[in-house]
Amino acid sequence: MAEYIDHELVHKRLPRRIALNKTVRGLFLASTLSGLIVLAVLLFDVIRDSWGWLDWQFLTSVTSFSPEQAGIIGAISGTLWLMMIVGPLTMILGVATAVYLEEYVKEGRVRTFFETNISNLAGVPSIVFGLLGLTVFVRMLGMGSVVLAGGLTMSLLVLPIVIVASQEALRAVPSYLREASFGMGATRWQAIRTVVLPAALPNILTGMILAMSRAIGETAPLIAIGIPALLIPLPGSLFDSFTVLPVQIYYWTIDAALTAEYAYMAAATIVVLLVIMFLLNATAIFIRNKFQQRF
Amino acid sequence: MTSLLKKEAQPKNRPEEEHEPAKEAVFRTEGLNLWYGKKQALFSVDLEQKEKEVTAVIGPSGCGKSTYIKALNRMVEMNPEVKITGRISYRGEDIHSRRFPVEELRTRVGMVFQKPNPFPKSVFENVAYGPKIHGIRDKKLLEEIVEESLRGAAIWDEVKDRLQENAFGLSGGQQQRLCIARCLAVEPDVILMDEPTSALDPKSTLKVEDLVRELKDKYSIMIVTHNMQQAARISDRTAFFLNGEVVECDNTDKIFSTPADKRTEDYITGRFG
Repeated sequence: MAEYIDHELVHKRLPRRIALNKTVRGLFLASTLSGLIVLAVLLFDVIRDSWGWLDWQFLTSVTSFSPEQAGIIGAISGTLWLMMIVGPLTMILGVATAVYLEEYVKEGRVRTFFETNISNLAGVPSIVFGLLGLTVFVRMLGMGSVVLAGGLTMSLLVLPIVIVASQEALRAVPSYLREASFGMGATRWQAIRTVVLPAALPNILTGMILAMSRAIGETAPLIAIGIPALLIPLPGSLFDSFTVLPVQIYYWTIDAALTAEYAYMAAATIVVLLVIMFLLNATAIFIRNKFQQRF
Repeated sequence: MTSLLKKEAQPKNRPEEEHEPAKEAVFRTEGLNLWYGKKQALFSVDLEQKEKEVTAVIGPSGCGKSTYIKALNRMVEMNPEVKITGRISYRGEDIHSRRFPVEELRTRVGMVFQKPNPFPKSVFENVAYGPKIHGIRDKKLLEEIVEESLRGAAIWDEVKDRLQENAFGLSGGQQQRLCIARCLAVEPDVILMDEPTSALDPKSTLKVEDLVRELKDKYSIMIVTHNMQQAARISDRTAFFLNGEVVECDNTDKIFSTPADKRTEDYITGRFG
């Protein structure tokens, strides 16, 4: 047999090949780090700006023109009110839609039609949802810029996320579990309720939480429906005015041109918002790891 | 042991009984054709399952034997590509009739799958699952059913102290017998078994085989198997499938001693497959 490989040549070239490998590895590492570094700089910057401002008084006071007395309890409670609408509403609508598409509709044109449009919905910019909310909920239905209008708008925005996450969760349930259930004479709904949904629940919840953290951070649609940021009483019902953390950040940042302290208060609010989002994401990871079943 | 004796006591040959009225036929298949999309998997299958007998379905991979028994409880139709012609009747009723809901069929016709498929629930909840979906709520009654079913599947002694543990903690062989218990809990008339021992070790396989012989006293059983010794050991009748057709179906003794068709002989003597 002829020798195809010139071992001497291989030996000569090998150092260059190894060096190239190392270089490429370094480039990939640098790319990975660039994201982390930006995050670190951002965190450092907001924490430094917020230093001295983020205290108990700040968390528990209502907004005020005087920076020393202002706080974000209004925005925090508004965010909680928003979540109380977005959570249950998207859970019910999103999971029901996913169950219908995954478990009831046969694969084919109808399903493709629904799924394509849900993907389209997921790609619509959030400001457009804000305008939709302004037109339909605030004006047409005459709600005004209240908790309910904001909650419905935000629910529409994150609904596709919940649907897609729930669909994936349902798809991950192995078919032999369904077969076992059907094999004993269960109806489709019985199989879904007793076997499929329990098995899919951890992943559905993970998707829910990620959708919630998206909804908490969204600003544009709420600004579009015209929610205020200053000097309003705490919301006490679905039909009260409200504001949320990112909107508060937005207005304070704009007004920093007038009152320098507002910049520090915006930074302090950013820290609060980030902490909430990190906690939510950590919960999602915890649920995923803890309840993920081995099939 | 009793079941073995019973088998001996039965008349060995009952020629041409297919033409008699369907008195003791639990399942009767006539001219069954089945397609997966454009590919035909079953060709004009005629077969019968008799009351309280074990029918073994043998044949090489891809011959349609699994497809056939999954057609009997309409599980095969979960694949939307499947098309069926011909007639399958369960105790005289067309299983595709509108008046015969598939849920009812599957309540009477239990199935044990190739791979043990317990639910990610406790041993107790696995067995109580069937009775619960059929509306039994009484806790005492459920406990009785669970014990009886687990005893029926010869696994009670192994699991009676761990009823509340997750079924995934059981060994593969135990899981499969648990699945059989789960199937018994619905009080089926027929049990379909789709290669129930192919994922098990030899020892667990023997246990399941012993169990099948015992269950025959109460249930009509159809079992798909790759293992010809198994078919010979546990069945009364054997149907040999090849390329989607039934080549031969007869008493197991006859199939394994003097098969009528040359292809059956070639297969059981290991010349192909």
